Amino acid sequence: MAIREVLGLYRDLDSAIAAADALREAGFSRSEFEVLSNAPYPEGTFGEESGIHRLFVFPLIGAACGFAAGLLITGGTQLSFPLLTGGKPLLSIPPMIIIMYEGTMLGALIFTVLGVLFESRLPWIGRALYDPRITAGYIGILVRTAPEREAKAIEALQKANPEDILTENGNVGRQPARS
Amino acid sequence: MQERHRLGEEEITRELFRPLVTTTPMMWVGFIGLGAVLAIFVFAVSWMFYWGLGVTGLQRPNMWGFMIVNFVFWIGISHAGVMISAILRLTQAEWRRPVTRAAEVMTIFSLMTAMLHPVIHTGRPWRTLYWVFPYDFWRNLWPDVRGPLVWDPSAILTYLTGSTLFLYTTMIPDMALARDRTTGWRRVLYTILALGWRGNERQWKMQTIAGFLLSGLILPVFVSVHSIVSWDFAVSLVPTWHATVFAPYFVIGAIHSGVSAVVTLMALMRWLFRFDNYIRLEHFDAIGRLLIAVGTGWLWFFLLDIFFAIYPQEARELEIMQFRLFQWPFNVLTALIFIFGYFIPVPIWIFQRFRRNVKIMFWTSILVNVGMWAERYWLIKPGLMRKYEWTFDWNWYRPSIVEVSIVLGSFALVGFLLLVFSKIFPPISVWEEKEGQHFAQQLQVGKRVVNAIVREF
Repeated sequence: MAIREVLGLYRDLDSAIAAADALREAGFSRSEFEVLSNAPYPEGTFGEESGIHRLFVFPLIGAACGFAAGLLITGGTQLSFPLLTGGKPLLSIPPMIIIMYEGTMLGALIFTVLGVLFESRLPWIGRALYDPRITAGYIGILVRTAPEREAKAIEALQKANPEDILTENGNVGRQPARS
Repeated sequence: MQERHRLGEEEITRELFRPLVTTTPMMWVGFIGLGAVLAIFVFAVSWMFYWGLGVTGLQRPNMWGFMIVNFVFWIGISHAGVMISAILRLTQAEWRRPVTRAAEVMTIFSLMTAMLHPVIHTGRPWRTLYWVFPYDFWRNLWPDVRGPLVWDPSAILTYLTGSTLFLYTTMIPDMALARDRTTGWRRVLYTILALGWRGNERQWKMQTIAGFLLSGLILPVFVSVHSIVSWDFAVSLVPTWHATVFAPYFVIGAIHSGVSAVVTLMALMRWLFRFDNYIRLEHFDAIGRLLIAVGTGWLWFFLLDIFFAIYPQEARELEIMQFRLFQWPFNVLTALIFIFGYFIPVPIWIFQRFRRNVKIMFWTSILVNVGMWAERYWLIKPGLMRKYEWTFDWNWYRPSIVEVSIVLGSFALVGFLLLVFSKIFPPISVWEEKEGQHFAQQLQVGKRVVNAIVREF
């Protein structure tokens, strides 16, 4: 099913919140629209629920991989070329801990960043309605809905005094709010 | 007391992007001056590669000299950047916002400069690459993981990778902002680096969590790195190096010099880029208070190191310690470390009016780092400049002009890289500044109006 996008741009936070409320009143579910801004707001500012994410799993997986790599390098190299020194045990544990520690932390760091990108859905190379004014301070409300509900979305967005409304067919422009 | 001014979105963007679009005369002076010193650095290194290590002051038993001292110094400088950034993020300290980006960048460039030193110190760096990469799988030969010179690169590479990822992750929103405001090659670059960032709720949530998670992960690495660098020395049998206190001592020394370097950087950014609205006197005040604690901690470990060397009454340790404390030029160096590293700056920082004076903070931070460079030299060299059993070598180490040029050039290299970074990327996090503005409030408390920040716990 085709999905149509509508982007409403608002100058201030109150208008954007009003637009989100108007969309909900018009029957749009929270998953049908998202808020775009140039800085973070506390979770729930726009009525969104706490989304589920698995970011905390990533560093754990990374740490396990890094630990295993550290163990393989340290233990593996010593076993692969057994060089007894001064009658001491072949596997020298303290240096192994150092390399395994660094491997664990490196794995955790790399996987955390991969997790952040994955959970943020980055890199994003798809096409979506966007306006550079969002990074300049405007708040964007992007609605993704069925073609037959596009007009309804535009109507709801216009209730909150938008600066501009963009659709895939072009600029709808600022319309006077209906009473 | 907060001296925050209410700034508009556009004003913040314009001011923080100013270094990217305009090059002030002072910046030109910086580019040309640092570039000239950098040219000398390149010439000195090339000269050394061509003629060999004989052009340096290195000889038996002084196999480590200025380059290794400088390596330890730059590793130390690199420490406070990420430490400050991570601790302030974890504690949600409001004054982190203008400091974190520059501190993280300083960490990365200092680390890269530090890593350069052991490589050029080999005299034949292309052979180093041959020895290290790839491992000789065919003959089943491996590096000995029991040697600290293997631990060291593993720790530094972990720190460099972690710091770079940490910096990049927090820069993505600003890359999107830059993408939307530029044209030409800059737009292409920022579009690639922004990864298609759009700033929806989920992306901001991940960005916020990433700040905490990466801070929590990078802090243990930061502690481990200078501990491991200290073990390059401590696991040897060289008197005055062979000390268990070296790891925490190196870490606290690194923090002392690194936090001071952050102060130097803050002052330079304020002067060069006119960031008075962002790097405010309250920031110098806060970091000055931190430095009093850090400096005093460093002094404690400095004294402990001397104490532990003397207490066992071992002849070799006492001999070197006597050499360090009472013989020219190390006696002067000892005094210099004490005076520059502690007894001038810390009493000054006790007074708030001095902590809020940018020039005084700048010059005291420079003094600390002169003292800390001297301390690194004082720690490393005397142990080597002695007669070893069963050898006939006992020479003084006199650094050559080549080594002096390399040391001076390393400062120019870090400065030059920081300037280049500021021309391409905003040196202060724009989105974090805007976030701070969103949550800035003024509260009436009794008869006073107090500037406050709303913070979510």
